Amino acid sequence: MDSRITDKLKILADAAKYDVSCSSSGGKRKNENKGLGNAEGMGICHSYTEDGRCVSLLKILLTNHCIFDCAYCVTRKSNDVERAAFTVQEVVDLTINFYRRNYIEGLFLSSGIFKNADYTMERLVRVAKKLRNDHKFNGYIHLKTIPGASEELIKEAGLYADRLSVNIELPSEASLQQLAPEKNYSEILLPMGSISQQLLQAKEEKKLFKSAPAFAPAGQSTQLIVGASAENDHQILQLSNQLYKSYSLKRVYYSGYVPVSSDNRLPIITEPPIIRENRIYQADWLMRFYGFDAKEIVDELHPNLELDIDPKLAWALRNRFAFPVEINIADYEMILRVPGIGVKSAKKIVSARRFTHLNFEHLRQMGVVLKRAKYFITCQTKSLQRQELDSQQIRNKILFGDGSVRSALLTQQLDLFRQVG
Amino acid sequence: MHLYTYDGTFEGLLTVVFEAYERKAWPASIEQEQVAQPIMFGETIAVIADEQKAQRVWQGLQKKLSAGALQELYYTYLWEQAGFDRIIFDYIRLVFETKENIEGNFAAPCVLQIQQAAKQVHREKHRMEAFVRFQKTADELFYATISPDFNVLPLILNHFRKRYADQRWAIYDTRRRYGIYYDLHNTSFIKLEQPLRQGTNMPDGVMDAEEDKYRQLWQVYFDHVNIPERKNPKLHLRHIPRRYWKYLSEKQPQALR
Ligand code: SF4
Repeated sequence: MDSRITDKLKILADAAKYDVSCSSSGGKRKNENKGLGNAEGMGICHSYTEDGRCVSLLKILLTNHCIFDCAYCVTRKSNDVERAAFTVQEVVDLTINFYRRNYIEGLFLSSGIFKNADYTMERLVRVAKKLRNDHKFNGYIHLKTIPGASEELIKEAGLYADRLSVNIELPSEASLQQLAPEKNYSEILLPMGSISQQLLQAKEEKKLFKSAPAFAPAGQSTQLIVGASAENDHQILQLSNQLYKSYSLKRVYYSGYVPVSSDNRLPIITEPPIIRENRIYQADWLMRFYGFDAKEIVDELHPNLELDIDPKLAWALRNRFAFPVEINIADYEMILRVPGIGVKSAKKIVSARRFTHLNFEHLRQMGVVLKRAKYFITCQTKSLQRQELDSQQIRNKILFGDGSVRSALLTQQLDLFRQVG
Repeated sequence: MHLYTYDGTFEGLLTVVFEAYERKAWPASIEQEQVAQPIMFGETIAVIADEQKAQRVWQGLQKKLSAGALQELYYTYLWEQAGFDRIIFDYIRLVFETKENIEGNFAAPCVLQIQQAAKQVHREKHRMEAFVRFQKTADELFYATISPDFNVLPLILNHFRKRYADQRWAIYDTRRRYGIYYDLHNTSFIKLEQPLRQGTNMPDGVMDAEEDKYRQLWQVYFDHVNIPERKNPKLHLRHIPRRYWKYLSEKQPQALR
């Protein structure tokens, strides 16, 4: 086998893996030209990594040569790693051949900066253009925009890509200055703003002319690194909230910082803060799908998410006056706020109660998990709880009750945070 | 007591419903004729699948059910687990005997069972769409074998046809001994005498010259997207239970790759 291409793939997949966004959802590209591929609707995970993440796209860097020196990044100039670069044709061939074998949904292409931003961005665009035009490729393409690339190039990228992303990486300007001195917030937010305008404009044009060209139909996303700088969860969620609102982002991804660098600008940690990252994702879901306001989840007084319980349970324990919720009459929105009841269960409950008065047996049969919910609901005014419990008691019962053993991982992680402070 | 037997087709099962209503004789059990045991008491009614009768039942259902519910009913048929025919019968009877739409009535056992069976089938469909790994043969056919828990081949056909419109491909179910084949124009069901099995050594010259190269590149890629610091075997297994590993070239031990 061609060992050169194998080596490049090793290096450039390794360097790309810390970007956690993997989604191939939200595409609208149909296979209408009898070409290759279809990117309608939900993306598919074709495999899973051993850390349990979805493998859906061929996620690689075009090159890991870089003129910048961002402290948190493996690809930074001062890091002593092997460097490599794909040609445009090599990326195209890999994508097409992986796609034809049903290994992937498409391509996620990012890059270190060689020479300058435009030189690099132009090559990324060329890959996408070639796939679309020469190979009639209708699979999913996610391009990362290179910080500082010109507006025209980004605009062109949007014509071929399904999704564009501009990574913010650090949740505040101050941290960015400290850890990525060549970058600044306005340079990052500028393309983000222009992409969100293009998205809007393309949508308006589509309403008028069906044939108007699509612009990144799966929208734009960004990534924030958690734990490489000092921001608390309140600051992080405030920022995401703003990004969702002002830049109509499809997704904000959070990446628990993996210690890839011994740079002295960074905190010394030995393991990525996986649990914290997970709690932030849960909080993000509460904002996007459960009708929670960022302020309800964390505020200045409680600036950090609790690590040992999920944010929905934490909210419920702080707001006991809102419970118990009577399953047979409460609004859908309120049922959704019951710990342990997700969107699917809430919908089933609201649907089934039109036919009959629900009791706990019905809930069990429907697959509603009562382990946590039972402290917060009644069915036909009956409760599964005999005594009145206060928040602390409920918390202990949920955490330690039923003989459950706390996972070793959590204890480790908690220790870790204590160290970091 | 009435035992109904039928030929195992969906049409046959709908015909059973028609006959039961016609006779006003509700089945004590419904069985496929090749496995049915003669009964000591009561009457055995051997139903012969009838397109028109089946159509009438289906049209009756269409008037009372959403497209989604009709699909779930068909999915339950493809589920093939013991007792599926009975569940379908009970559900249809509940539909015809209730004035309002029963779809959301999860307090009724058959409604819940249909939903759960359909969910399992749907999940398997989704898994096959994800885990099929084509191998390119010397004559440019993209070929894969599967052996799914449920009979999902008819359900994944459309997905693959839309996606791979410009290549010839075939997917063969080695458990149920049939496959689908797309010839750049149409898809058809096929039966093979001795299907090649994936995961075994393919005879020399059968595969495309570049096939090995890309399979190996994929394995290299898979090994290098891992972040060892984040290893989480439990989560990994929840996503890909071991019984699906047989499909995945990236999960084969290094030595066999
Ligand atoms: S510019 Fe991008 S690739 Fe280069 S060091 Fe910074 S984060 Fe890494």
